[in-house]
Amino acid sequence: MHNYTLAQLAAGLRAGEFSSEELTRTCLARIERFNPALNAFITVIPERALDQAKAADQRIRAGEGGPLTGVPIAHKDIFCTQGVRTSCGSRMLDNFIAPYDATVVEKCDAAGLVMVGKTNMDEFAMGSSNETSCYGPVKNPWDLTAVPGGSSGGSAAAVAARLVPAATGTDTGGSIRQPAALCGVTGLKPTYGRVSRWGMIAYASSLDQGGALARSAEDVALVLQVMAGFDPRDSTSVDQEAPDYQAALDDSIAGVRIGLPREYFGDGLAAEVVECVQEAVAEYRRLGAEVMEISMPNTRLAVPAYYVVAPAECSSNLARYDGVRYGYRCQDPQDLLDLYTRSRGEAFGAEVKRRILVGTYALSAGYYDAYYLKAQQIRRLISDDYQRAFAEVDLILGPTSPTVAFNLGEKTGDPVTMYLSDIYTIPVNLAGLPGLSIPVGFVKGRPVGMQLVGNYFSEARLLNAAHRYQQVTDWHARAPAGF
Amino acid sequence: MEWEAVIGLEIHAQLATNSKIFSGAATAYGAEPNTQACAVDLGLPGVLPVLNRQAVRMAALFGLAINATVARRSVFARKNYFYPDLPKGYQISQYELPIVAGGSLTIHLEDGAEKVIGVTRAHLEEDAGKSLHEDFHGMTGVDLNRAGTPLLEIVSEPDLRSAREAVAYMRKLHTLVRYLGICDGNMQEGSFRCDANVSVRPRGQTALGTRTELKNLNSFRFVERAIDYEIRRQIEVLEDGGAVVQETRLYDPDRNETRSMRSKEEANDYRYFPDPDLLPLALDEAFIAAVRTELPELPDAKRQRFMGQYGLGGYDAEMLTASRELADYYEALAQAAPGDPKLCANWVMGELAAALNRTGQDIAACPLSPERLAALLKRIRDGAISGKIAKEVFEALWNGGGDADDIIEQRGLRQITDVAALERVITEVIAANPAQAAQYHAGKEKLFRFFVGQIMKATQGKANPQQLNELLLQKLKG
Amino acid sequence: MSLTADEVRKIAYLARLAIREADVPAYSRNLSAILEFVEQMNAVDTLGVEPMAHPLRSVQRLRPDEVNEHNQREQFLAMAPQTEAGLYLVPKVIE
Repeated sequence: MHNYTLAQLAAGLRAGEFSSEELTRTCLARIERFNPALNAFITVIPERALDQAKAADQRIRAGEGGPLTGVPIAHKDIFCTQGVRTSCGSRMLDNFIAPYDATVVEKCDAAGLVMVGKTNMDEFAMGSSNETSCYGPVKNPWDLTAVPGGSSGGSAAAVAARLVPAATGTDTGGSIRQPAALCGVTGLKPTYGRVSRWGMIAYASSLDQGGALARSAEDVALVLQVMAGFDPRDSTSVDQEAPDYQAALDDSIAGVRIGLPREYFGDGLAAEVVECVQEAVAEYRRLGAEVMEISMPNTRLAVPAYYVVAPAECSSNLARYDGVRYGYRCQDPQDLLDLYTRSRGEAFGAEVKRRILVGTYALSAGYYDAYYLKAQQIRRLISDDYQRAFAEVDLILGPTSPTVAFNLGEKTGDPVTMYLSDIYTIPVNLAGLPGLSIPVGFVKGRPVGMQLVGNYFSEARLLNAAHRYQQVTDWHARAPAGF
Repeated sequence: MEWEAVIGLEIHAQLATNSKIFSGAATAYGAEPNTQACAVDLGLPGVLPVLNRQAVRMAALFGLAINATVARRSVFARKNYFYPDLPKGYQISQYELPIVAGGSLTIHLEDGAEKVIGVTRAHLEEDAGKSLHEDFHGMTGVDLNRAGTPLLEIVSEPDLRSAREAVAYMRKLHTLVRYLGICDGNMQEGSFRCDANVSVRPRGQTALGTRTELKNLNSFRFVERAIDYEIRRQIEVLEDGGAVVQETRLYDPDRNETRSMRSKEEANDYRYFPDPDLLPLALDEAFIAAVRTELPELPDAKRQRFMGQYGLGGYDAEMLTASRELADYYEALAQAAPGDPKLCANWVMGELAAALNRTGQDIAACPLSPERLAALLKRIRDGAISGKIAKEVFEALWNGGGDADDIIEQRGLRQITDVAALERVITEVIAANPAQAAQYHAGKEKLFRFFVGQIMKATQGKANPQQLNELLLQKLKG
Repeated sequence: MSLTADEVRKIAYLARLAIREADVPAYSRNLSAILEFVEQMNAVDTLGVEPMAHPLRSVQRLRPDEVNEHNQREQFLAMAPQTEAGLYLVPKVIE
């Protein structure tokens, strides 16, 4: 059962081949068995999950089930889940039981999805390897000495190891796509504003977006259908109806124009990764797509600009964690200053502190123009690059990550080295466009991911292009040994 | 050396919306602590702000009322600092692009002169909660009910030159926001708060002196006293050869002085940046036009009209237009009892005002409707009762139901205007007081009042005063 | 852009983050490296470029002035480290 796709599981449940309770028990058993090695989950909620599963079974029997009723799902521990710990991978929220559900969680519940637990993540979504979590690092199921990517490392690992058929994630600079690539699964970051941020704990508000990881584009489409939609509680939520993401999946992609930015295929990109991506490009040509070279001249400015905007916004978003109304409080604070500085100093990890400090500096008197304003201008240039490109092509293609999964501990010594892992994913967040990563091969047993980027609200087209590729290849169907 | 004071006021007016500026929690004053602080107000992880339409409308209404520019595009910004009553660690405010810019208010000074005071800007922001410093075993308690209440921060140009001008401006603004229905102006409850920026310079100098910011000015009286004190203090410092320190000072009403606040760390770096959780506020022409139609007749226009339409003097007109409710009451009264607007004015500013004061009520809660009061005034005008008796009838109307005619009948309060009846009583009273009569005839004219008093007593106050005076004079003469 | 230890302490204070003295040099090094890295932004002249705050040119939506939140005080207070008489408690604030 754990090898079924989400679509197959949903069909099986509807046909009565198995029950949600059985399916959920299978997932829970696999989690219990394999999580110690992976550390993909922070919290598992067996009792509540089984209650939800039984309720789902009742609905299905009564003929009231929807497309995904009874299918198990895991939520990244950044989504508030009422009555369940929501930690963001941080000591600061280790004791935080969310008093309300994120909109994403509400929608999944309403669709009958069964939440089995909360997945591990880089602390407050800041990281590209899931090594900054206070609950310990997550391991890559393909190679337990390697990182799964981050910050949605737990979700990616859980899906890759078939502990759950799908998981939610969030993506601010690549945090869905990069772990999806490193773990050989399919991950989508929708257009900014497509998925509600209500209850999705903020890191960088103008970049954060919730999305889904699963083992195929078809599966991701099913989950996106549930997650997407306007939410009046989020001012940045777009009031535009979500289309039927299934409808165009099987469309032919003959004549679809695909652009390859020449700036993406330069230094820093591992040769073997290039090979896999070029193979995929050849496959797309065989499917009838028109592939051409394009230019995105401001690419190299994206990561520097991101590391001003994101830290600036996070320095402000994380100011609420002060030990007063919830979360961690230090012991015996001597005075107010001590309460603040020690609660925050003791509960935040080093990377979070670094980004808060960079952000505080960038916004401070005298530096706003040189840093924050400048970065916002570069955002405009990058967005313009994309718009010029989309005048010529329908999709933009490139590697998701410059390398395959690196070893645990390999890049933790130097923040800047770690930051460069997101060189292909970051520009997409800066522009607010949708981006999807799919597996396109392996290098020495570690997966290679390829990214497709479309114009605003073109998720259906992205999923279609990915789906057609997945119909003629089987990278996405491979499973890591030992799981 | 002649000195000139330069003063600017920053007023925070709490907007009278039902819900908070960025959440759906209630804004009503006086609730139990933290019962009106929802997830958004508490800054829980994952919450987001959504802007209240009424707050925007109220700000725009204010902008139009002071002839300012209502920005077609304005931006919310985060003001970042740490304090227990600021849950998110930042206040959502407006910085570079406020919703209202420019505009002015005309103030009237005692000598009758008019002065135009410029308004630099007005912007929307959220209020913080309250810290309660009563001891909780050495701790401070924080109530976040107020967090998220909408504020309109109104910044004047430094056009004020004295404490008196400052108070006149503040009063004008206070009346205006109540007229517009955007703020209840209740200073005790903190709905209308004032900070003053004060500096002095040698007369004739154009450069501004160093200014101090005065806080904790929560009444008109405090504003005047604090500014007066501060101006004197600064002049003294400068005349002694010292320099004014730029700082924040608190006003101490008990000692009538300003004191430097415990030296804070160097000036706060608020690190303003546009709030990424909110999009730019765009107001189109249709919106502005709709708000413009909702502008009521403003205080100055109403005052002018009252003077013209009702023939009232400047002082009366000013008093009667102090609030829209009072002005509306007066107009309803003047229309229900036409022909003597001055009589109406006297009663509203006299008996009615006194009664409201006694019972601590606002005109809006007045138990005596203009129509019922008008019925009483008609009886004064047609001579049925004297002015003195009318006060008794007024008391009765105030405390209970019924109308003027019923009360006059039931209590037999009709004036005695029958000449014969009056003459009878006068004759009786004079006869009953021969000593005083003799003294009067001997030249003690003051005793006339004694006889008036006695006759009023004998008639239970119902003698018509004019007739009484005429007839008594005749009788005493002859 | 190189940050001195003093500057690190000053920013840490602004951000209310306690940093052990022993860690200040490491923070100074790392932060300086990050700031130097982001200075790559200066490779391009952005004079006259309109800053981008949000991807789409959307404008703020307005919500009706309705009270739709009910009192959840007990539930929220239960999450706090220290409360009394319905209030959140913090070390005494001196004004």
